Amino acid sequence: MIRLSDVSLRIGNGPNWPGRTRFLGRAAQRREVLQGVSFTVPAGAFRWLLGASGAGKSSLLRVLQLGAMPTTGEFELFGTSVQRAPRRQLVRLRRRMGVVFQDLRLLPELSVFDNVALPMRLAQIAEPRVQAEVSEMLNWIGLGRRLLARPGELSGGEQQRAAIARAVVLRPPLLLADEPTGSLDAPQALRLMELLMELNQLGSTVIVATHNDHLVRHFQAPSLRLDRGRLVEDGARAVLVP
Amino acid sequence: MSEAPRLPRAPSRPADGLGLRRAIPDRMLPSVVAAMAFLAALALAGAVGAHALATRWSGGAGAIVIVQVPEPLAAATPGAAGGAAAGTRIDAVQATLAGMPGIASRHLLDARELDQLLQPWLGGHGGAHADLLALPLPAVVQLRLQSGASLPPALPDALDRQAPGTLVEDSAAWSDRLLALTYSLQACAGLALLTVAAVAGWVVALATRAGIVRRRGAIELVHSLGATDSYVAQRFARRTGFLALVGGIIGALVALPVLAQLSRLAAPFSTGAAAGGAAGATPLAGTLPGVLVQVGGGGGGGLLPGLMLDALPLPLLVALPSLPLATGLIGWLTAQATVRAWLRRLP
Ligand SMILES: Nc1ncnc2c1ncn2[C@@H]1O[C@H](COP(=O)(O)OP(=O)(O)O)[C@@H](O)[C@H]1O
Ligand SMILES: [Mg+2]
Repeated sequence: MIRLSDVSLRIGNGPNWPGRTRFLGRAAQRREVLQGVSFTVPAGAFRWLLGASGAGKSSLLRVLQLGAMPTTGEFELFGTSVQRAPRRQLVRLRRRMGVVFQDLRLLPELSVFDNVALPMRLAQIAEPRVQAEVSEMLNWIGLGRRLLARPGELSGGEQQRAAIARAVVLRPPLLLADEPTGSLDAPQALRLMELLMELNQLGSTVIVATHNDHLVRHFQAPSLRLDRGRLVEDGARAVLVP
Repeated sequence: MSEAPRLPRAPSRPADGLGLRRAIPDRMLPSVVAAMAFLAALALAGAVGAHALATRWSGGAGAIVIVQVPEPLAAATPGAAGGAAAGTRIDAVQATLAGMPGIASRHLLDARELDQLLQPWLGGHGGAHADLLALPLPAVVQLRLQSGASLPPALPDALDRQAPGTLVEDSAAWSDRLLALTYSLQACAGLALLTVAAVAGWVVALATRAGIVRRRGAIELVHSLGATDSYVAQRFARRTGFLALVGGIIGALVALPVLAQLSRLAAPFSTGAAAGGAAGATPLAGTLPGVLVQVGGGGGGGLLPGLMLDALPLPLLVALPSLPLATGLIGWLTAQATVRAWLRRLP
């Protein structure tokens, strides 16, 4: 399902990171935010992605989510070699995953409903089905009464739930979530993790980046641990990399 | 795990958050494109006008030659080429011309045609006829050469010997120069059109880029959610194509009265028969030989009066509506290319 071998990601290397690197110094441009990362995640597995802030969790998820191409190394996703795949194929791969971004990225002009409906509409799913499934999803996640609100009118926790709803509304085979419980209180965080676990039990592969130890202890699962861009623990292999 | 869903309003068009109405506002682009379309219309009018002139002077009929014979009824100089039969000077000249190869038609202007020709200078209608006859008018013979043919260089001298004072006004020199002029006018018009199209494309590209920058977050998001490049490019191209189409329509509409007025002014040169002029001949008739063809011929009738569309030559009538289509297409294509080039930066 996911196989990385010796993947590194250097920022400031042209097309991989559009825009932003211009504002960074020379040193930063040479910086490798991921170095020699290798692991596999089989279909249907659940992984915690752990590591201190700045360890490279978001960067790794960015690679997995096809938001950045590895600078070196091999990355295979759904059996497809990502670097060799044509652009159209990448689009197809993106449609098979749901992503919860650390910064949520809800579109402020759209209602909660339209934000959550976005992946379905981009996939050209018939509107009646979109209406039914988005409503059901929002009810289930506790936003059934805020369908028409703009993201700006929601609390941090509600926004996070909307972002999660958008990521899971297509029941994607792969779910990548970057600190999805960051602005939630403990009971809400547990409830959401239960949703993600349920999705995992229905067959989706799920990777959740977090530094919430409480959650990790509550939901036992193998973890991948990053430290300064290197993979230092792969719970599934039970191998410690120095 | 769910209750009967209370559905929000069904959107007429799926909201995809690209927010292009705000990203590419509807003022600047259409105005600039309208100005470009207006300029293009002027350039087109120039090209069409120049083309009309060119066909007029070089077209099928070949060059026109005017032969003026003063004192046509006086006796021809004896011993000239016409032989013993030649009586009057005009007969001698006619006889010589009749023997020339390469002449498609030969026409001696009658008194009425001369009258019309001179009317602008002498004034009056019909009644002036008698006075004119009293004047010592030269005879005027109008020749049409077969295309490609030219007069023998010795002809003017030969005619002058038969009928002293005879002038041969060969329009070939005229038409060559006019042709060169019209061709360069057309080339200028073509260059102007190219420039205007390039500037229009550039403006659309700038507006599209500004729109992309404004909606960058949304574009990156839909890209990450699996939108294809074509989808995003199509959304932008529809918007800019539409705005450029509107601009083109405005520009063409604004150009319409201007062009109608221009072509009314130019009508005598391009059609020979001024839409409203009963006399047909204009003050320039004497100096622009080509216009003579029309004198006494199909005098200008038949055109519907009033509508300004009637004042426009047909090619311009066809070109003008295609102007908005062209601007729309430029808008669409440029946006497609701009968006796709930008999206290439995303993996
Ligand atoms: N867009 C970016 N431009 C420059 N540096 C970045 C960018 N994203 C991440 N980084 C750097 O990469 C390193 C890893 O960051 P990140 O992946 O966000 O870590 P984490 O998610 O584990 O907190 C950090 O040092 C961060 O400064
Ligand atoms: Mg992070």
